[in-house]
Amino acid sequence: MNHSQPVIDTSPKVSDEIRKTTCYMCACRCGINVHMKEGKVAYIEGNRDHPVNKGVLCAKGSAGIMQVNAPSRLRSPLKRVGERGSGEFEEISWDEALEIASTRLAKVRADDPSKLAFFTGRDQSQSFTSFWAQGFGTPNYAAHGGFCSVNMAAAGIYTMGGAFWEFGQPDWDHTKMFMLFGVAEDHDSNPIKMGLGKLKKRGAKVVGVNPIRTGYNAIADEWVGITPGTDGLFITALIHELMKAGKIDLHYLAQYTNAPVLLDSNPDSESYGLFLRDKDNKPLVIDLKSGKKVAYDKKGIKPDLNGSIRQAGITHTTVFHKMAETYMAPEHDAANVAERCGITEETIRRLAAELAHVAFEQEISLPIEWTDFRGEKHTKMTGRPVSFHAMRGISAHANGFQTCRALHILQIILGSVEVPGGFRFKPPYPKSSEIHPKPHYGYAPNKPLDGPHLGFTHGPEDLALKADGTAARIDKAFTWENPMSSHGLMHMVISNAHAGDPYKIDTLFMYMANMSWNSSMNTGGVMKMLTDKDENGDYVIPNIIYSDAYSSEMVAYADLVLPDATYLERHDCISLLDRPICEADGAADAIRWPVIEPDRDVRGFQSVLCDLGARLGLPNFTNEDGSQKFADYADYIVNHQRKPGIGPLAGFRGDGSDSGRGEVNPEQLNKYIENGGFFVEHIKEDASYYKPWNMAYQEWAVGMGLFDAPSPYLFQLYVEPMRKFQLAAEGHGERQPPEHLRERVREAMSPLPVWNNSTDKDFPIHALTQRPMAMYHSWGTQNAWLRQIHGVNPLYVPTKIWQENDFKEGDWAKVSSPHGEITVPVAHQAALNENTIWTWNAIGKRKGAWALDEKAPEATKGFLLNHLIHELMPPKGDGMRWANSDPITGQAAWFDLKVAIEKVGAPSECEPNIPAQKSPVGKGPKNLTWKVGT
Amino acid sequence: MTALPPKSDVKLGLVIDLDTCVGCHACVISCKGWNTENYGAPLSDQDAYGENPSGTFLNRVHSYEVQPEQGAAQTIHFPKSCLHCEDAPCVTVCPTGASYKRAEDGIVLVNEDACIGCGLCAWACPYGARELDQAAGVMKKCTLCVDRIYNENLPEEDREPACVRTCPSGARHFGDLGDADSAVSKLVEERGGMDLMPELGTKPVNKYLPPRPKDQGNEIDILAPLLAPIATETSGFLGWLDRNLEKI
Repeated sequence: MNHSQPVIDTSPKVSDEIRKTTCYMCACRCGINVHMKEGKVAYIEGNRDHPVNKGVLCAKGSAGIMQVNAPSRLRSPLKRVGERGSGEFEEISWDEALEIASTRLAKVRADDPSKLAFFTGRDQSQSFTSFWAQGFGTPNYAAHGGFCSVNMAAAGIYTMGGAFWEFGQPDWDHTKMFMLFGVAEDHDSNPIKMGLGKLKKRGAKVVGVNPIRTGYNAIADEWVGITPGTDGLFITALIHELMKAGKIDLHYLAQYTNAPVLLDSNPDSESYGLFLRDKDNKPLVIDLKSGKKVAYDKKGIKPDLNGSIRQAGITHTTVFHKMAETYMAPEHDAANVAERCGITEETIRRLAAELAHVAFEQEISLPIEWTDFRGEKHTKMTGRPVSFHAMRGISAHANGFQTCRALHILQIILGSVEVPGGFRFKPPYPKSSEIHPKPHYGYAPNKPLDGPHLGFTHGPEDLALKADGTAARIDKAFTWENPMSSHGLMHMVISNAHAGDPYKIDTLFMYMANMSWNSSMNTGGVMKMLTDKDENGDYVIPNIIYSDAYSSEMVAYADLVLPDATYLERHDCISLLDRPICEADGAADAIRWPVIEPDRDVRGFQSVLCDLGARLGLPNFTNEDGSQKFADYADYIVNHQRKPGIGPLAGFRGDGSDSGRGEVNPEQLNKYIENGGFFVEHIKEDASYYKPWNMAYQEWAVGMGLFDAPSPYLFQLYVEPMRKFQLAAEGHGERQPPEHLRERVREAMSPLPVWNNSTDKDFPIHALTQRPMAMYHSWGTQNAWLRQIHGVNPLYVPTKIWQENDFKEGDWAKVSSPHGEITVPVAHQAALNENTIWTWNAIGKRKGAWALDEKAPEATKGFLLNHLIHELMPPKGDGMRWANSDPITGQAAWFDLKVAIEKVGAPSECEPNIPAQKSPVGKGPKNLTWKVGT
Repeated sequence: MTALPPKSDVKLGLVIDLDTCVGCHACVISCKGWNTENYGAPLSDQDAYGENPSGTFLNRVHSYEVQPEQGAAQTIHFPKSCLHCEDAPCVTVCPTGASYKRAEDGIVLVNEDACIGCGLCAWACPYGARELDQAAGVMKKCTLCVDRIYNENLPEEDREPACVRTCPSGARHFGDLGDADSAVSKLVEERGGMDLMPELGTKPVNKYLPPRPKDQGNEIDILAPLLAPIATETSGFLGWLDRNLEKI
């Protein structure tokens, strides 16, 4: 038989049109090309021109087409008709829904605006939602940072004026050794994958520090299978080894950090541990040339890292002197931490040696001239090509803030921040914590709040406390329990509101936050709190309004559901005022726009807030004649000005040619659409590194409107505001912590990071979750394609525990913690820390949610570890129950979970087996043959 | 039975870097999206929101654990799709001529109009690279995006398979493995690219680049000897500091 082949068309028409917008299948905000056929979404691919993803796209992004046709999409506003949690609703009109909401909220605003708790989840419109909350006047607003990664963000900003992900990135093009700590596989996912690809191509070394060897850690050249929660111990050992060998960048430390700043070193002094300052309040250093004390920013000085001066009877020595005392101590020696970290002493020493070798023997020098903030001209940019990245794995611990701080100190002593080959900030960072807002909480009936809710505290005077010392905010952010809780504590809102501590509320108003399921610790407890009734038979939390695009678990607990549009059906802006999409070489922002119109009675949540704001008469949402100021979110995006000339979008302002600052341009959104949905303004070469101290960068940033005057600053190895809280705990000043918190504040607020941890012999095993790369929170499990990749989540068990329990394939285990127990399927994984078990996050679903069949594996074999985690720690000897949170920031300590495990007979389904909620949208279709073109 | 074409000089295929693949499944879904909308019948999904969801995929990523004799266990992500074999048993077994290998570039395709869904080709393929679509009743397999790579309606830079275009870590490469000077052939040469199960004699065109050795801390010691201490306690350190501050 001879070969024959048919003639095929190798140039078929691809689509009628490409519409370029921004992905929202996770929080990474990649640019996408949406191919349209006959008005429908036919195919989604990455946008090659986009600064975030440069054309590539992950599994979630490509599966967006299954999200816009998802059967779980809500269809209409819903009013609860059954008991809370049952999922019994009736569909109502938008007029009725908005009337119900505005009547209730108007009364709250007139009586006591703090009775509204407005918390938005993983949305990316926080500068807008906070603006709305500010206009309403409630002090109770935050987004999801408190249960996500505030430790990373706050530690970074307090230490060096920026952190990872949105704030900065490794210099992928120059780095020669990259260490990745505790990164779930999703965060900043495409940029990290692209970066790892670049490193692999160049043969640069990748070290993965993670108890679990999957994803990025699977391709790491070296895997360090650390014991969870001990990263800070490991990092301080690296600091110790590097200092002991003198492998630190003395020039960098002296010029760009507060290492040479003089500290009051007299333990009896009232200002012990505070900086010595001049009359302009500038910290002082000793100039090696003159031997005299001078302001840190004086031109031509050579700050002395080991200076000292005696003044008014008090000896002042440097921050670096204090660091030497702290980190040279033998407790930090590799030999003394190895066992607790689960890493050999030799490995710790060798990694320190490798870091030193690459940083100092493989120095990079770029021939770029630049001028620093002291006015000194430099002929080159010197780089130390070691870089680091970290996320929730190190931050979601009660010692997370200090661990993140320790990592930044390691970066800084190596001289590898904002230098070629090291870690680089992305605009609007770097930005000193001192030029961020402070928390505001002043409220009065029918008045806007006195300023932005969230910010950075710099001492006891900034805490959000009422005159009687109780918390001003429902989540107790910015109190002695967590003085630096810059992102609020969303995970405490429901339990505090339920307990009436610090006070009761009227309305809980939430957006995109699955609090009755995977976004809460103690999921079963939260469900009960949301449904509990008082002695009058009324709900303890009287009124719940919730907005979501999909039929999530939280929908069932709302009294009123405001259905959101999907990400391809609404406007959004990814703003420099919020969580931007910048790259190290440029400022960038982006939009979403309705590439398709909703086929249901749903509205973008932000547009609904514009309407609701006007109905409530919020001053920032009404015109002088009382009419609605912003017709919808698109109108706000274009016309709102935060300050004259500064709006949500930085691009195409004025006549379309202004960037950063400029008049409102009515054509702005069209310009964005023409440009592919985004805007980018590149930074000139002489401003590209050394940004916190580089005057060319500082001036560029002012021109772009990132701040109003050049604001160079020193990296804060020693965080003086922490010392101020400590001093208060030691009995100084007007505002001091209550007695029961005094010792805790003193211990927690160490101005140089120290590591601590608790141990519980009855629960010896660490239990973690990771987010898979192909699934994001509860945004995607209903996705017909992605659930075929991640439809079940066994509990992965390391070889040692597998053998100890005589587990076999197909077995089940009971996992218990001090708080509860679950019964789940197990699977063996060898590439895993020997004392750690883990599972994929948020694959488990409640029956009836997400338009899935009640027999869906997500509901029968999928499970949450959340049932094992309480928002409070078990009672201790002091009779108190401390929050299961970082005592500095209040970050939820998810990853401190310790458990015991035992083999049990297989039940028919996972336990606890929560009864089904009724689906307000029915169930999905049986089969799919999805093709929109003809 | 179906005949293979005369040997062609052009051998289009994929080179997949197992040292770089993070197992993210981007290629899996991008492939699913493109091929649901394009070449032939859509890739269907059964029980899409139910108890046993299963659909047609032309490319899947498998994960394996490897336990070396010494050192920690490793995780390998292994994407697998049709390898476009030179001696493709799935073609020669086809009773209708539906399964064929293109003469001009070596791509193995299924002519869905001629496919009777008998499944012989899937049985003959030792790699499990073919899936019978349950809705259409025809055999589906990787087309190497034959409707992209020559497509004049796409910008030239996009004329590559969807999986290659989307791969975030750059682990997938497309080109002519029949041309010794092509970028993909050079990559195979440099990195010791391998055939999957060469002993079967199918002569796959696609190649896999093996993972580089891992956890080899000792080799780096030669470059970076362990750190020599300049001091062991604080006062010695501060003395060293004073001596060195003058030099900076």
